[in-house]
Amino acid sequence: MNRRKLIAKTPLHVTILVFAAIWIIPTLGLLITSFRDPTNIAGTGWWTVFPKLFSGGQYSLENYIGVLSGQSLGQSFLNSLIISVPATAISTFIASFAAFGFAWMRFNGRKVLFMLVVGLMVIPLQMTFIPVLPIYKKLQLAGTFPGIWLAHTAYGLPLTTYLVHNFMAGIPKDLFDSASIDGASPFMTFWRIVIPISVPALASVFIFQFLWIWNDLLVALIYLSARPNVAPLTLSIANLVTNRGQDWELLTAAAFVSMALPLVVFFSLQRYFVRGILAGSVKG
Amino acid sequence: MGDHRARPGRLKRIAHSVGLKLIRDPAGAVVRFLERGAPGRLLLRLIRSLVRWFRSVRWRSWSFVAPALLLIGFFLVYPTVVTIARSFFGRGIDLFGPNVEFVGLTNWKYVFTSPIMLTALRNNALWAVLFTGCTVGFGLVLAVMLDRVKYEKFVKSIIFIPAAISGVGVAVIWKFVYAFRPAHIDQIGILNAIVVALGGQPVGWLLERPWVNNILLIVVGIWMWTGFCMVILSAAYKNIPKPLLEAARIDGANEWRVFRNIILPLLAPTAAVVATTMVVQVLKIFDIIYVMTNGNFDTEVIANRMYKEAFLFNNYGRSSAIAVVLLILVVPFMIMNIRRFAKQEGGR
Amino acid sequence: MAEVTLENVTKRFGDFTAVKELTMEIEDGKFTVLVGPSGCGKTTTLRMVAGLEEITEGDIKIGERVVNRVPPKDRDIAMVFQNYALYPHMDVFNNMAFGLKLRKTPKAQIRERVHEAADLLGITDKLKSKPRELSGGQRQRVAVGRAIVRNPKVFLFDEPLSNLDAKLRVQMRTELEQLHHKLQTTTIYVTHDQVEAMTLGDRIAVMKDGVVQQYAPPQETYDHPNNQFVAGFIGSPAMNLLPAQAASENGRTVLSSAGFRIALPEARSKQTLPSSVVLGVRPEDLDGPAPDAEGTITLTVSVTEQLGHSLLVYGNLDETQIVASLDPHRRVEIDSTIHLTVNLDTLHVFDPESQETLL
Repeated sequence: MNRRKLIAKTPLHVTILVFAAIWIIPTLGLLITSFRDPTNIAGTGWWTVFPKLFSGGQYSLENYIGVLSGQSLGQSFLNSLIISVPATAISTFIASFAAFGFAWMRFNGRKVLFMLVVGLMVIPLQMTFIPVLPIYKKLQLAGTFPGIWLAHTAYGLPLTTYLVHNFMAGIPKDLFDSASIDGASPFMTFWRIVIPISVPALASVFIFQFLWIWNDLLVALIYLSARPNVAPLTLSIANLVTNRGQDWELLTAAAFVSMALPLVVFFSLQRYFVRGILAGSVKG
Repeated sequence: MGDHRARPGRLKRIAHSVGLKLIRDPAGAVVRFLERGAPGRLLLRLIRSLVRWFRSVRWRSWSFVAPALLLIGFFLVYPTVVTIARSFFGRGIDLFGPNVEFVGLTNWKYVFTSPIMLTALRNNALWAVLFTGCTVGFGLVLAVMLDRVKYEKFVKSIIFIPAAISGVGVAVIWKFVYAFRPAHIDQIGILNAIVVALGGQPVGWLLERPWVNNILLIVVGIWMWTGFCMVILSAAYKNIPKPLLEAARIDGANEWRVFRNIILPLLAPTAAVVATTMVVQVLKIFDIIYVMTNGNFDTEVIANRMYKEAFLFNNYGRSSAIAVVLLILVVPFMIMNIRRFAKQEGGR
Repeated sequence: MAEVTLENVTKRFGDFTAVKELTMEIEDGKFTVLVGPSGCGKTTTLRMVAGLEEITEGDIKIGERVVNRVPPKDRDIAMVFQNYALYPHMDVFNNMAFGLKLRKTPKAQIRERVHEAADLLGITDKLKSKPRELSGGQRQRVAVGRAIVRNPKVFLFDEPLSNLDAKLRVQMRTELEQLHHKLQTTTIYVTHDQVEAMTLGDRIAVMKDGVVQQYAPPQETYDHPNNQFVAGFIGSPAMNLLPAQAASENGRTVLSSAGFRIALPEARSKQTLPSSVVLGVRPEDLDGPAPDAEGTITLTVSVTEQLGHSLLVYGNLDETQIVASLDPHRRVEIDSTIHLTVNLDTLHVFDPESQETLL
């Protein structure tokens, strides 16, 4: 690259650098703070670690031990997993069935019903809580895992069904004709052909939906807040902010605990995640 | 039948009393009996058309979509209908329980006249404009700029990270950025530290009503969602055939003209879709507000108010009305989605 | 093995009639080709035989059995699709075995049959590969193999070669021929390519607008087309069709127009023709001038195409473009005028109204 080109590109590099800085500094601050001693956190800014960044002694895992056992975020972490994994699995499962039905089966009202599903993708969940809650209380589902599994499954269904449908509708028709000549029933075709072919799409949807549920606060607040021992991370941290809003050694460590899993998922499965987002939003 | 033949005497008597045919061919006997009178024939016709309908329904097809439709029906459709109705009733939680008398437009009057709801509506409008404009705008700029540098992937990951983490996590991150301490001690929030370093006085950012705190909250939202917009717009940008841009450059267009006259028009449809997604997102904005200010200091938004009215103040009628406001705001986007789908389906 | 019989088969999609009262008997063990332009109903017909489309009216029989309401899997047929329709997630072995597995065929037998078919098609070394690792020709073989292992009564092919490049297409064509020779299974083959139809078919059915125009051995459709459509569709380059006036002079029929005047021999003059007709002459039935020939046409050459085995000469006669297939060693100048002799024994005459063959 010659010098003139370099100079011409300088504003570009600087602008990008500024963006990158704004996007990395807040998270970096949180990360560094979460490893610092409480008295240091309260006394000096986290950026003061930089002159002697790698000198030991100023970092410890104490804050993490504090939140995981002292604030029982360990339990919340588990709860988050117990909530997200089954709910995601159930909704992906049911959505695949529905998507196949809508894409390849013929029945009266198919189009209208699918349009309903498309329309419901953006419905505010606020519309749904008040009538469901009394029923949940009567059925004793409020504050239980099965209760929130069902709720999350239902809330995720319109989008997941739509996404999987888009993929399945693109499978060539010949494949279905061929299967029917081979003697496969619709159920068999779905199970032995459509599902295996759809694995990449299902993976994207699964990751997408998993992160959505893992990161959810609102639904947990409505259905689980009555019982702290089933609260997921988001709910526990929100409560921590309310109760101990100035104890940054707890808040930063807690926030990072809640971010850890999404970050791992994000960095290891970025490809699927991005594909899920693309499929979801460009089309709907 | 074998059973019956074992006790012929008794069977015979029964057979004669109710008519032998009723036992041999019960359906046929009933049919013949009904055919005797006009109401019977009518009933028979009804039953037959029901049977025909039952046979015509493709149960196997339905079995694939039924579980999803049942869940959607119970958790989304039924509550929507009830919530709309509830917005005209009193404060009780259960539609069939106490305190659910018809109150007419009382809840609605509150929604559109109470100061707190007016603040919430104003804030949502502010969010809609600033948040959508900035996320889509930054996303677009980043998509185009990053395509020209070698470290594109790295920066993209950095910008995208906030989209993978929870609103609660983001709120904690930024609450710490905005942290405020009195002027005489060291600042621990980086924003105030910068202000102090530049010779200013530290500010309690989230208390500065109504503009500073609201805008700073919106900044948090933008920080969270820009990566999402960038990823989609970047994919669309990379889909533009590069010879198209080269042809324009050969024709003598400078970079700005290429951007303005070629890239922008080609990205416009995608940008529009992303923008609608963002608007829908922002109408329902909740987590950030709930954790950072809980709607205090004039930062209230519709979704947070809905939550408070129901689950803090136990006024479920009023809360329902607020929820319906959200629904009304979202309806145009629902219709847009359905239209786009119908068009897509028609082209298939 | 079995014959396939279609009786008054009609298929309607809403207001559109795709196939109109089709009656046809496909003989046991024969290779029958349905050929025609796109939208002529040939694929719909095939899909009705397969059971993938419902029949609006009429009956389809496979052997003695009416199969109108029999689902595809119970018709004892196998089908090869245009896009191969291989299951992308299964390897070649499982693609071929899937149908047998669903029929609960014993494992040993499945393995035997798949290997036998793979041997026959020369894809034994590919049995562990996934479809995406195969070339077009290999995928095509797998698709055929999948049909063979079922050992069905009838093979159905839906434009199986149209996705292959020209060279491979010719190769696969001969392979299919050999295969049919070995297996002797009743075969129905759909194509829009008349060369494929001519080379493969024991009999071919030329279709247009949902109606079979002619159902005959290939040579017959070439030599004695039923009507103007078949005449124009079969043969390449296509038959020249020239409007002409017919008159009778001294017991001989004379066909004439601005550029030619042709007197038919007495043997072909027995029939009375309407005054206005369409004359059909195949390019290969036009030949260099013989000094005393009867029936010459005069042509101004506009383009020539040297094909090696023949020389195509294009020229205009009045308003109509004419193509002649001549001896490749002849020299023909562009813009020159040449005289061509018409083979009077093979020329055709069509009714311009009904398009039926008159002569």
